[in-house]
Amino acid sequence: MKIDARNLTCPKPVVLTLEALPKLAAGESLEVLVNDPVALGNLTRLAAQKDCDLKTQQSGDETTLTLTPRSGVKASDDSASEAQALCDLPDTGASVIAVDTDTMGRGDEKLGHILMKGLIYALAHGETVPQKTIFFNGGAHLTCEGSESLDDIKDLEKRGTTILTCGTCLDFYGIRDQLAVGGVTNLYEIAKVMAGQPGVTTL
Amino acid sequence: MAKGNDVKLTKLAECAGCGAKVGAGELAKLLKDIKVQRDPNLLVGFDKSDDAAVYRVTDDVAIVETVDFFPPIADDPYTYGAIAATNALSDVYAMGGQPKVALNVMAVPEHMGADVVHEILRGGYEKVYEAGASIVGGHSIYDEEPKYGLAVTGFVNPQHMLTNSGARPGDVLVLTKALGVGVITTAAKGGLAQAEDVARAERQMMTLNRWARDVAVSHQVHAATDVTGFGLLGHALEMAQGADARLVLDSSAPALLPRTRELAQLGVLPAGMYRNRHFAQDQVDEGQVPQDLCDVLYCPETSGGLMLSVAADDADSLVSDLLADGRVPDARVVGRVEPYDAGARIRLT
Repeated sequence: MKIDARNLTCPKPVVLTLEALPKLAAGESLEVLVNDPVALGNLTRLAAQKDCDLKTQQSGDETTLTLTPRSGVKASDDSASEAQALCDLPDTGASVIAVDTDTMGRGDEKLGHILMKGLIYALAHGETVPQKTIFFNGGAHLTCEGSESLDDIKDLEKRGTTILTCGTCLDFYGIRDQLAVGGVTNLYEIAKVMAGQPGVTTL
Repeated sequence: MAKGNDVKLTKLAECAGCGAKVGAGELAKLLKDIKVQRDPNLLVGFDKSDDAAVYRVTDDVAIVETVDFFPPIADDPYTYGAIAATNALSDVYAMGGQPKVALNVMAVPEHMGADVVHEILRGGYEKVYEAGASIVGGHSIYDEEPKYGLAVTGFVNPQHMLTNSGARPGDVLVLTKALGVGVITTAAKGGLAQAEDVARAERQMMTLNRWARDVAVSHQVHAATDVTGFGLLGHALEMAQGADARLVLDSSAPALLPRTRELAQLGVLPAGMYRNRHFAQDQVDEGQVPQDLCDVLYCPETSGGLMLSVAADDADSLVSDLLADGRVPDARVVGRVEPYDAGARIRLT
């Protein structure tokens, strides 16, 4: 497999190499072409960390690095899990929370609101926070002015959670101008996030 | 606010934060042969490689002058503005001074939304107010790559100013913030960082060095510098050269942001790390310290902490006062100052 990482700024060459390593067949090598000393230094470190044999061949400003995962090392498995841990993918469960309603559970609606408020509070003040929380349909009300959970959702955002609300839903309810926290997203993005994340939890 | 969050500001930046800084060696070359103005009241000028210039007005009043700006280091415009301002103000604190007035320095793309620019400025203003200073004007131009920062004027009593060259053999070195910002922001650009790690780095970059400075000035601190674009080792080297001493640094002592070493091992390192390494490595004895940890110590920091050189018998008291403040939770003893005989200026253990 070959990667042309010329003219790519850091950390793109590392990202591309990390993605390619798990896809190698047993015994296969990965050739990465670079023309930047930073990429060369970074990939040399990556090869050592990934236990790859490294050969470099220089020609002018360009260097070809050949990375061969050492025999006996299950390069694919290790790299796959590591790349997953490194990328924005969760290694366990609920790192993306989808909120499709402003009440929790079925039964009394007033109780449902109280429960949802408590649930979002718990989410915002837990030990770890989700990477993304997506609000759609009835959930879109929660990120808008007048929502009792607004402060908690702002806390979530401050702690690093990306807050996204479905634009179609905001328009449907006529509340787009009342959005008070996070960004707007569309169904294409929501589909991509939900399909790409093994651990989407819907509240 | 909501609209501003749609913009991925860091995508508009080639380098992250202080990683965009011109290398120390390059800077010396650029300034070579330029005549230096002599003025007896100029206590610290650019020939001293210090954090800010200091000009004496009277025996007990001196002006501290500095300017700093960089391209977006955070995607959220408010956060970016606040970090750039915190970083610019830091140079005044590193001289032991107090910032009083500041000017905005800004470049924005013509197509950038007014709400985004507003948020950047709001971040800057809030930090300057938190510092007890005022923004009194500024200058803005159009440019493809956004840039923001401040020119800051502060005051210090020249008899109590903290230069980066006053370290004395026997002193203990204290660092007031965690390292790893350069690694985490580089990882963030490649989608390799967890959101909570980025948020942690941003919180640190938005923390003023005011609190550390206020504690430091009531202790027997002989020298100070803020750790920014040249990395811990680059700034340590300036401190060692300025004092004609050797700095012995315990590589395992500085607090590190979560996952910094893990990412460094995978080669997630900015160009500034290589520039800093190239500039300083001849003067650094790395000993048996693993490469990834050395890389972290060479990595550019943005809005990093103060490195303080304090009298040994006052070091424990300084660190416990810093920790007691609550706003300097990562203060650590990271090394000591020795007399210099020969060989490397910096020794890592």
